[in-house]
Order: sequence, then C-alpha cells, then structure tokens
Amino acid sequence: MTDAAIRAKVVAPEPSLMERLMTNRDWLGFWFMMPAAAFLILFLAYPLGLGVWLSFTDARLGRAGVFVGLDNYDFLSDDPTFWLTVFNTILYTTVASTIKFAIGLYLALLLNERLPFKAIIRAVVLIPFIVPTVLSAIAFWWLFDPQFSIISWSLMKLGLITQNINFLGDPWNARWSVIFANIWRGVPFVAITLLAGLQTVSPSLYEAATIDGATPWQNFRYITYPLLTPIIAVVMTFSVLFTFTDFQLIWVMTRGGPVNATHLMATFSYQRAIMSGYLGEGSAIATAMIPFLLLAILVSWFGLQRRKWQQGEDND
Amino acid sequence: MTDALAKQVAEPQHVLSDSTADHSEGMSYLHSLPRRLITLYLPLSLILIVLLFPFYWMALTAVKPDEQLLDMDKFSPFWTWNPTFKHVYKLLFQTDYPIWLWNTMLVAVCATALSIIASVLAAYAIVRLRYKGARWVGGAIFLAYLVPPSILFIPLSTVVFQYGLFDTPFALILTYPTILIPFSTWLLMGYFKTIPFELEECALIDGASRWQILWRIVLPLAVPGLISAFIFCFTLCWNEFIYALTFISSTQYKTVPVAIVTALVDGDVYRWGSLMAGALIGSLPLVVLYAFFVEHYVSAMTGAVKE
Repeated sequence: MTDAAIRAKVVAPEPSLMERLMTNRDWLGFWFMMPAAAFLILFLAYPLGLGVWLSFTDARLGRAGVFVGLDNYDFLSDDPTFWLTVFNTILYTTVASTIKFAIGLYLALLLNERLPFKAIIRAVVLIPFIVPTVLSAIAFWWLFDPQFSIISWSLMKLGLITQNINFLGDPWNARWSVIFANIWRGVPFVAITLLAGLQTVSPSLYEAATIDGATPWQNFRYITYPLLTPIIAVVMTFSVLFTFTDFQLIWVMTRGGPVNATHLMATFSYQRAIMSGYLGEGSAIATAMIPFLLLAILVSWFGLQRRKWQQGEDND
Repeated sequence: MTDALAKQVAEPQHVLSDSTADHSEGMSYLHSLPRRLITLYLPLSLILIVLLFPFYWMALTAVKPDEQLLDMDKFSPFWTWNPTFKHVYKLLFQTDYPIWLWNTMLVAVCATALSIIASVLAAYAIVRLRYKGARWVGGAIFLAYLVPPSILFIPLSTVVFQYGLFDTPFALILTYPTILIPFSTWLLMGYFKTIPFELEECALIDGASRWQILWRIVLPLAVPGLISAFIFCFTLCWNEFIYALTFISSTQYKTVPVAIVTALVDGDVYRWGSLMAGALIGSLPLVVLYAFFVEHYVSAMTGAVKE
C-alpha cells in the first residue's frame, strides 16, 4: 500500500490548489452545507434571536421599538389573561397528551394483532393526520355548531339531553371540545409510530413468557412496555411539543373565546402581536414558551440516550 | 391450554400457515373468536368510526341541498337521497378557490423542491464528508426541528417585511424550508447511512468527484428516502397555517387553509355546504398522494422519530 502510494506520488504531478480544495473534506463540506445553513440562519436562527430581543422592546407593528428591559414581562405577570392562557395551555397539553398516549398505545396494540385487511386499516387510521388541520378543524366547527350540531341532535334523539349543547360557547365545554379535536388529530400519529416500535419486538419473547405462565397484562407490563419506553419518550416529546405550541385548531374553532377560555399561549401571542400590533408584548409571550420547550427537548434527549444504551451502542 | 391444543389438532393447516406466513402474530391464535370480537374488533371499530365520522359528515354536508342541511326533523340528517353539486359549483366558479388551490400547490412544490435540494447536500455532507464538526451540526439540525413555528412567526414577520417579501408568495416559499429542511435532512441522513461506504470508495478510486458520487451513486440508491422526504414535506407545506396567515394579506395570494378560514367564512347561514366542499377538495390532493405512497409516508413519519 505504502509502496503504491509512493509510486503514485512520483508519477502524478503536484495537484493544483483547486484539486486539493476539491478533495478537502472541510472545504467541500462547507459548500455542501451552504444552502441549508443559509435558510436556517436567515429564517430560523436570526428570527429566534430577534424574537427574544423584541420581547425586551416596545416595538409596535410598523415601528421599531426601543429597549425597555423587563417591562413586557412585568406587564404580563400582572395580566390575569396571560395567566389564564398559561393555565389553558398546560391543561390542554396535559389532558390531550395523556389521552392521546393512552388511546394511541391501545390502538397500536390492537393494530399489532392479526387482522384481516390490516394494511388498509392502518392506512385509514392515519387519514386524520394527513388532512390539513385547518380543514378538519372546520369540520369540527360544524360538528360543534350550537344549533345544528349532529352530536346534540343524536343525543337528543336518544333522550340523553333535552336541549342543544353549547359546545363552543361555554368556557368549559369549549375547552373539552378543542381538546377532543386535538386528541382526534393526534391519536393516529402516536398509534402509527408506536406500532412501528411494537413491530420490532420479537414475538419469541411473548411466546417464552406465555409458556412460563405470564398473563397478557404481565406480557405488556414486563415485555412490551420496557422495550417500547425509548420510542414512547420520543413520540410523546413530539406530541407534547406540538400540542403545547398548537395554534391552528384553536384559531379556527374558537379564536381563543369564549372570554379567553381557550386561548393558548400561541394564539394569545398572535392576538397581541399581529391583531393589536404590540409586537414586543407578543414576543414576550412567545419567549415565555421557550423554557417549557427546553424541558420537552431534554426529556427527548434522555429518551434517545437510553435507547442507544439499550441497543448497546456507544453514546455518540 | 388444552383448548388451544385441541384447536391446533382440529385446524392443523391453519396453525401451520400461520406460523410460516407471518411470525409477527405471536400467540394470537390462542384467542377464540368471541373473545377477539370483544377485545379486538369492537374497540377497533369504535375508534375507526370516531376517526372517520368527521370526514363522512364533511362529505355529506358538501352534497346536501340547503333545506336539508338545517332541517333535521323533516329529513334524516345521516343520509341524503338527492345530492347536489351546487356547493361545489359555487365554490369553484363563484369564489377564488381555484386560485387558492393553485397558490397552495405552487408554494408547496417550490418550498419542497428547495428544501429537498438543500437537505440532500447537507445530509450527504454530514454523513459522508464528515467535515470537522459535522456531528455538532447534525445535533443542531435536530434542535432546529424542535423549534415550533408559533414562537417564530412574530420576529419572522418583521424579517419578511425587512427583506421586502411581505404579501408575496416568496414570503412562504422562503420561510417554509425552515420547517422542512431540519426534518428532511434528518430523514435523509438515516437513508444515506444505509448505503454501503464501499460503493463510494470504489468510485473515488476510479476518479469520481464528490459531486458525481452524490449524483450518480448515492441519489439513485436513496430514491425511497427522497420520495418519503418529498411527500412529507409537501404535506407539511399544504398543512401550514400560521405563516400563511401572518405573511399574506391579499386574497389573491392566500393558500387554501387560510383562505377558507378568512375569505370563505361570511355571515351566511347556508355557508356550511361550500365550506365543507372547500375543506374536502382542499384535502383531496393530499389524500390521493397519500393513497399512492402510504408506505413511504409511514416510513417518513416513523423514520424521523426513530432516528
């Protein structure tokens, strides 16, 4: 090998600067990264920093602001509406994510059974996730119509209620209604990704356990669940992340009403920043979401680490 | 256990075909049919009904005549015997709906194409060129994937304004890649890793440049990954709402999701028919695309999570 290399060096002429650059990993890597980096720096990293900066200014729509320190945060901490949106966001995220996880895992376990037309059923299950959220939110808006809701109508025909349910007009009804719509949209994602995880679990484990006399619950608790934990961690991080920062569903169905009962931090920041024009305050609300997001990312990170550890890979 | 054994004896062929055809089914043959009805088919069909009912309702509303829409006592609300295409007609010929569809398509195709090009280059560089700090850049891209649009839209709107892109399709074509690039780079990195390194070494020895290797060897082998990335990006673009709502103000540049919510919603009691028709037609391209590429779609979704 060394021999060959030496001979090649003797024969070949000294490579030009251009040729040397074309084989230099760092130089090539720089140019290959260029397009992606340009997009991400111009439209992601810079705005992210700018958002934090804006939250310390009194910028308005169409007017650059001056630095005002923590004034925006001060103002928000005295604003009961802000705390209401924080409460709403946490309620929305916790309830929706928990139920999404429970139903999603259950659905994944069902889909992992032997079934006729399994491929078709699996494809159909994912449809709510494919259809644009806004368009399905409009369908829910119609389903939850105060006068012509088919749900109210059916319950009345069944004799369970005597008058129409005011789904989106009453604070708590509205909260449960949007949570329901969110669960409806999120379950397919959780179910299909967990199903992918379930399919990697070797059936011989269940066979061995069953021969040893394990009940179905023990099968689930001591085989399925531990092997699925890492993927559950990742899926739930994504689910929590997207639920926490949800905007579309709320905006279409209630615009944050009635009396701010369904305002999430994202919709509230849109209302303050774009509709009322207080960019600084809106940015402060958006920035206040970052600590929660960091928490979610940390959980995801440890989930990934644990997965690698289980598979016996190096921590890289 | 004896029951199961008896069943095995009674239906040896069934068991045999089971164990040879599909190993993933495990021990489910131990369960009897009535039990499977209660524990499997019943909950599964309940969940499926809940998941699909909104679409049925959407489609039904879109073809119901007006008087049947609101009068639930005279006509059964769950079915209609005289469907009408009035709402669809009204939507397609009396509103700007075709223009909105075209806008959405244009923005989605351009943004997806841009993102895929950028991601292919970036993913190849991270996985195969392994320049100094590639690992860190890979991590940073994963973090970028976790930055949600709802904390970016306020500063982005000022940025878009500064760059003079406000209220043009370019505002969306150039900002959507920030959502798409991290995802598709991450996905393609996974695919590129599975391509044997030896192929590239052979090409290098034969004097191919990095560019030729990427174009002639890696990309043809990564076609399934490219399709997955394309479909997922396209779906995300079509689905995007908050940027389109914030950066576009003229009706002629709006995308379908935004236009339906802002321009199509008027005070009319009978608007539901055309609203539902709009929602249905707006979802159709994605559902058709999805129907052709289910496997790619699923692998994109699970691949991104598993990586």
